[in-house]
Amino acid sequence: MSYLGNISQGIQTTWKGMMLSIQYFFQARKGRKKESVTEDNYFEKANGTFTVQYPHEQIPVPDHGRYQLHNEIDDCIVCDKCAKVCPVDCIDIEPVRSPEVFGQTSDGTPLRIHAAKFDIDMAKCCFCGLCTVVCPTECLTMTKEFDFSTNDILDHNFSFSKMTDQEIAEKKQEFEDYQADKLKAKPELPAIKKESDVMKKPAAKPVFKPRIPKKK
Amino acid sequence: MISFAFYLAFLLIFVVFAVYAERKTAAFIQNRLGPMEVGPKGILQTVADLLKMLQKEDIRASAVDIIPYLLAPFIVFAAVFTGFAVLPVNADLSGSTITSGVFFLLAIVSLDVLGILMAGWASNNKYSLYGAMRSVAQIISYEVPLGLSVLCVIIISGTLDLHQMSVLQSGGILSWYIISHPVLIIPFFIFFISGLAESNRTPFDLPESESELIGGYHTEYSGFRWGIFMLSEYGMMLLLSILASILFFGGWNSPMEKIANGPIWSTFWLLSKSLLLIFVQMWVRWTLPRLRVDQLMSLSWKYLTPISIVMLFVCALWKLWLIG
Repeated sequence: MSYLGNISQGIQTTWKGMMLSIQYFFQARKGRKKESVTEDNYFEKANGTFTVQYPHEQIPVPDHGRYQLHNEIDDCIVCDKCAKVCPVDCIDIEPVRSPEVFGQTSDGTPLRIHAAKFDIDMAKCCFCGLCTVVCPTECLTMTKEFDFSTNDILDHNFSFSKMTDQEIAEKKQEFEDYQADKLKAKPELPAIKKESDVMKKPAAKPVFKPRIPKKK
Repeated sequence: MISFAFYLAFLLIFVVFAVYAERKTAAFIQNRLGPMEVGPKGILQTVADLLKMLQKEDIRASAVDIIPYLLAPFIVFAAVFTGFAVLPVNADLSGSTITSGVFFLLAIVSLDVLGILMAGWASNNKYSLYGAMRSVAQIISYEVPLGLSVLCVIIISGTLDLHQMSVLQSGGILSWYIISHPVLIIPFFIFFISGLAESNRTPFDLPESESELIGGYHTEYSGFRWGIFMLSEYGMMLLLSILASILFFGGWNSPMEKIANGPIWSTFWLLSKSLLLIFVQMWVRWTLPRLRVDQLMSLSWKYLTPISIVMLFVCALWKLWLIG
């Protein structure tokens, strides 16, 4: 390229670049609208500042977003399905059986088991949402809350049980008394004893056996 | 003496808000918001940074050459700030009336290269030394077109005194040199580009280049001493912008001939012209990428220097035939 060609190219490219950046400078008067991802024009925001000043303002999350788990413990029948289906074992349930039906959930399902412990460790949770799918009373849901960071990882363990230690002990004693009464009434039947033994064992996980196609 | 007190106070306040303006300009050009937390719209961010910087430990690496290492930032700042001595503030405050005015300014400001070389050498660190050597090569190269473009103005005005030069340009926007003598438009651009190189600003920030030299000659500095380097860099920007507005844009003269001519107004005009040029410097910084060393040298020696020599000749003819 010739000497004068170099100069003219240098001036032209510099001018073009400078004009481009000053456009951005003036467009910065307008900021990004805090629209949800479900809005139609969510991806059409090329102009203006893009920053969202997070703690002060945030983009609304969609209703079906999968964030923090919440258990409405009054509606929970402690069926343990969520704990069984959880791929990362983040739900820890300790059931205490009751001798009789002691209440009803809001959809009319009878309550037979007390939840002595219903802990969800959100630090382990993989946000797959399987537990909310299997929940028969729909008491376990994923909320819109996503900002639950803590300084101590143990604080990520959310406890939903409302029972006090004293209540738990009472209910346990109640059920033991009931069992003992039952045994006294029918001492010759060993089947009940056997059943209670089985119940103490941790629930078996469904085993997944991959089918390996045979080579021909 | 009054102009000294004025420029020292103004420089210190200017640096605080220029750093803020720089960060905001960068942010807006890059679709960001910039500092927003400290004070309304983040205006006190630099004050907070300054307080943090002043409290920092003065770290000295064990292998530094201690005397030049400690002296360097002050030599750089003293060299840059001495340049302010000859700048007028307004029609009544003329600064130092040295007959060699603008030559004194250019000569004393070139001394900052000594401080930069001392800093880079004394840091005993290859990146600092690279930065310092690049800086020396760059400043010495760009002195030539800078001096020649200033010489174009001197030919036309016939004086070296910056105050006298401002007086000659009084009488509204039409008597500013860049408009009354359009032959000075090219020397202005050469002056501006060389000025960027003199003050180590992007796209000529090779001596500092964070991405390759980790800060260049001030890598080993921390806290207050580092702050002095930063102060000198912004001081250099301000000095060259004020110089450009005096040489080409009428200095402290109002753009309207009879309106807004009081001492406060004329100070306002001088500073607003310079701050506008500083905005252009920031705008350039966030637009253009850094030059390579060989490109830097070829720009200076192959393009700016020959063109400014030609412009010097053209200005001399202009002076001879049109002004007489």
